[in-house]
Amino acid sequence: MSRDSQIVKIQTRSPLGRALPGFRGRIDAIQAAEDTSVLSADELERRLIELGFVEGAIVEILHEGIFGRDPIAVRVDNATIALRRREAMAVLVT
Amino acid sequence: MISTTGAGACHFALVGTPNSGKTALFNALTGNRQKVANYPGVTVERKSGALITPSGRKVTIVDLPGTYSLRARSPDEEITRDVVLGRLAAETQPDLLLCVADSTNLRLAIRLVLELKHVGRPMMLVLNMIDIANKRGVEIDVEKMSAALGVPVVTAVAIRRGGTDALLHQIDELVANRPESVAHSWHAPSTAELRTAQREADTILRATVKNPPKPDNLTTRLDAVLLHPLAGLVILFVLLFVMFQAVFSWAQPLMNLISSGFDALGALAHNTLPAGILQSFIQNGVISGVGSVIVFLPQILTLFLFILLLEDLGYMARAAFLMDRIMGGAGLHGRAFIPLLSSFACAIPGIMATRVIDNKRDRLTTILVAPLMTCSARIPVYTLIISAFVPATKVCGLFSLQGLVMFGLYAGGIFSALGVSFVAKYVFWRNEPSPPFMLELPDYKLPRLKSVALGLYTRAKAFLQRAGTTIFSMMVLIWFLASFPQAPANATEPPINYSIAAWVGHAMQPVLAPVGFNWQISVALVPGMAAREVAVAALGTVYSIEGGKQAASAIGHVLAGKWSLATALALLVWYIFAPQCASTLAVIRRETGSWKWMAVTFGYMLTLAYIAAFATFHIAVAMGAG
Repeated sequence: MSRDSQIVKIQTRSPLGRALPGFRGRIDAIQAAEDTSVLSADELERRLIELGFVEGAIVEILHEGIFGRDPIAVRVDNATIALRRREAMAVLVT
Repeated sequence: MISTTGAGACHFALVGTPNSGKTALFNALTGNRQKVANYPGVTVERKSGALITPSGRKVTIVDLPGTYSLRARSPDEEITRDVVLGRLAAETQPDLLLCVADSTNLRLAIRLVLELKHVGRPMMLVLNMIDIANKRGVEIDVEKMSAALGVPVVTAVAIRRGGTDALLHQIDELVANRPESVAHSWHAPSTAELRTAQREADTILRATVKNPPKPDNLTTRLDAVLLHPLAGLVILFVLLFVMFQAVFSWAQPLMNLISSGFDALGALAHNTLPAGILQSFIQNGVISGVGSVIVFLPQILTLFLFILLLEDLGYMARAAFLMDRIMGGAGLHGRAFIPLLSSFACAIPGIMATRVIDNKRDRLTTILVAPLMTCSARIPVYTLIISAFVPATKVCGLFSLQGLVMFGLYAGGIFSALGVSFVAKYVFWRNEPSPPFMLELPDYKLPRLKSVALGLYTRAKAFLQRAGTTIFSMMVLIWFLASFPQAPANATEPPINYSIAAWVGHAMQPVLAPVGFNWQISVALVPGMAAREVAVAALGTVYSIEGGKQAASAIGHVLAGKWSLATALALLVWYIFAPQCASTLAVIRRETGSWKWMAVTFGYMLTLAYIAAFATFHIAVAMGAG
């Protein structure tokens, strides 16, 4: 393993659902709890992966809505995905 | 022309992720040889077409709803899965899968290709919009990608003349010696399998695609303004305002033209046919019945022009993004915004536009509340009653009282729609979770004139065909009710008073008396079922006023003398809610595929109308307006 991944381990990872516009980071894990979304944890995880949220992908928060800073528009590699912060809590980033 | 090799016509299925330009490619391949229908039993639109390859082989293509995976999550995606897997009994098994991908955004598409390989059918990957990718400096090694994926890969530019030549030649080659399908080994992938597939896709892309050092950022720059938390919303509302203006004012000249055309046609029928039942049927039943629906075509097309342009531009997903939170408060999906907006012109295109909502429950809620939006057919009724009963005074020296009442009626419609959807979502369907808002925001693209024109043409055809047939039969029924039995020769009252409609009106009157309606109103409500504004003409008829619609002011004058203010207000409120439109009900029946939801809509709207009119009438009487 390279030094990069060691640094990753030292840094605390935080959910993408709490990040602010302008945040840029790497996905460390997709971890949904049963109460993260109305979807089951497994289903939410599959949907996130199907939209390109996999470990290692670079994400950046581009925009957010005016009410409750929700939803957010996230750049995942070269696609932009809109989702609510509630579901983005399952995406852990560093 | 049609080759006999390969056992007759070859059948392709077009699959791809949303926004891959799949529909543009379908249009380019099939031109106007398209057929739009519904899959049996569901309301998913089935688009199919045919093409002739350079060597003269006939290929039929079915355009499947876009999807990121075969794990079907919506009725649309279920169709895609079932057609691809050959599970749909009524559907020909596809001989080949044509997988379409946006060359500028390949990650999710390549993962889909890897999943589709498990289906066991011959497949070809089409890298669409290769021109945009090349312009941005993206280099794709097509041969290497084809080798890595194990399927033929070909580039295409769907929107340019000749942009599909290479694809057509490739199709020819594949049809000539197409490999056989093998038994499928597909199963819904687990999270682990999805991860592995996405990693494999990323590895293939790293090996075959070279991205420019500096990515194109036009979309990012545009979004900085269009998705700005505040400015974005302001721009959206300005856009909506322009759209409204267009629907109400630009369409007007054309609507006048159509309506005078039908009037002239009616007059022609009146003059050429001998007086009697045939003349009445042709003039009042067929010509004015069909005319009263077709007159809305310009409004509907103007509306669809905006919707198609914004959709092709890539703005629609952004509008949903901006409105998601606001709509969500009332239990509606962000995507319900556009259909509800359309319903201000007419609920019919609004209900048809709900197809963009992928979740069934969310779509149904939107369909149920769409008729509560104040459609343009209510305007003649509102105008008539307001000008007859509401004094043209100023409130606070600034706003006209009449304008305020009109505004109140619109607001009443909007708030009741939000209320009903809230109740539906949080009372009746609270145990049925609706899927979260997760949506790809595609890069902006300039809309193509040809595809917009083709889209408009298909909508116009569908509107005339679908609504036309059902509405027509309703019109004939209502004409029959209003004309039979005929008035006796020595009739002293208007002919409608001798008809079944009058009988129905009298029968309904005891029920409607508590809300302040007299028997004349009750009679007028019956033909008003065909289209709301017909009630105005019907009121004219029952009060024996000559001149029909032109005499609106005369009708108002008579009404002011015969009704109490309480009755007038009750009728206004009734019109906010009442399901007074047979064509809307017919479209709901079509779009939901069930009589049940039509009955539910009719029932709940009638109940609301009755309660609201009852309350209005009695409050007004209590306040001395009786």
